[in-house]
Amino acid sequence: MMLFSRLHQRRMSFLIFVLVSLAIAAFFMLRALNENLLFYFTPSDIVAGKAPLNHLFRAGGMVENGSIKRSGLTVQFRITDLHQKITVIYTGLLPDLFREGQGVIVHGKTDKTGVFTAEEVLAKHDEKYTPPDVAHTLRDQQRLQQDHP
Amino acid sequence: MNIVTRYASPKHFSALAKRLAPWMGATAGILLTLGLYWGLLIAPTDYQQGDGYRIMFVHVPAAWMSLIIYVVMTGCALATLIWRTKISEYWLLSSPLLGASFTFLTLVTGSLWGRPMWGTWWVWDARLTSELILLFIYLGIMALEGAIPDRRKAARVVSMLTLVGSVNIPIIKFSVDWWNTLHQPASIFRAGGPAIHPLMLIPLFLMAGAFTCYYFCLVLWKIHKQIKGKHV
Repeated sequence: MMLFSRLHQRRMSFLIFVLVSLAIAAFFMLRALNENLLFYFTPSDIVAGKAPLNHLFRAGGMVENGSIKRSGLTVQFRITDLHQKITVIYTGLLPDLFREGQGVIVHGKTDKTGVFTAEEVLAKHDEKYTPPDVAHTLRDQQRLQQDHP
Repeated sequence: MNIVTRYASPKHFSALAKRLAPWMGATAGILLTLGLYWGLLIAPTDYQQGDGYRIMFVHVPAAWMSLIIYVVMTGCALATLIWRTKISEYWLLSSPLLGASFTFLTLVTGSLWGRPMWGTWWVWDARLTSELILLFIYLGIMALEGAIPDRRKAARVVSMLTLVGSVNIPIIKFSVDWWNTLHQPASIFRAGGPAIHPLMLIPLFLMAGAFTCYYFCLVLWKIHKQIKGKHV
């Protein structure tokens, strides 16, 4: 049996052509859809005016340390992407993972003063999985390095 | 070369498949038992998610299978279209149901995991949506195959559809890097090595091994049955 006869080579080049065309088509389709495929805007995007005004949208960032203020079921906090921050107000139940330093995604809209009123708060978690004692050791080491550079 | 041509013949492949399938099934059973035991009882709790993260030991291997089965099918599709090999046709047509099942399992376990951790069953982010599209592609392939009575003709048409759908595979894999998503980035196959504790990584690989052997067991058995059915 000839594995790479003329006929096989012809079929192969045709299939490579098909696959490359598909990849190119997919690339341009995704590029056109790029904005819609973003699940959330970062605080920098919002400050730069990229987020829609008077429309519901999602904002994502880290809950700033020490920024959480609670009164009853209403909670106010700031989310940051380490460049910009926005203030968020939310009334309702929070997911288990909501805490300082946690990545969250909030769904709602901004008012004229730039305060974001959220209708929904989702918690992101990172890709790291480790037992609690290891996490503590790592955090202590990082703190040591920050305190004594 | 000799060994390749020998097992490219359905009769010989069928005999080989019949012998291998039970071993694959037994290995799958052993790995599944070990993986579940280790995953549920030995692996430590997670610093963030407590015990809830343990659904990962089903979710992640199922998600890998949903992609790997498609990659294997794409290879079969190419072989079918270029060389018209019968075994690649059998393999291609035996896979979509298993692929769809693993994709469904991925979506269900992901949803059950998302509710307590993220705070939602479902969002339309790029990772979740592209995985849902994968399920529809598998179902489409199954419907197409069912619509064509002639097996060899069905294999060629299904091959073309499989190739078209293959663009979705890199999109699923890299969706978490290309766009902002609620789903976190890759933990294991990523630059800089796995971001996961070894005691959690081992049961993950045990479960992945179990699912892989299960897939091979069923595909080989289905192929054996089909070839036997044709020659009787």
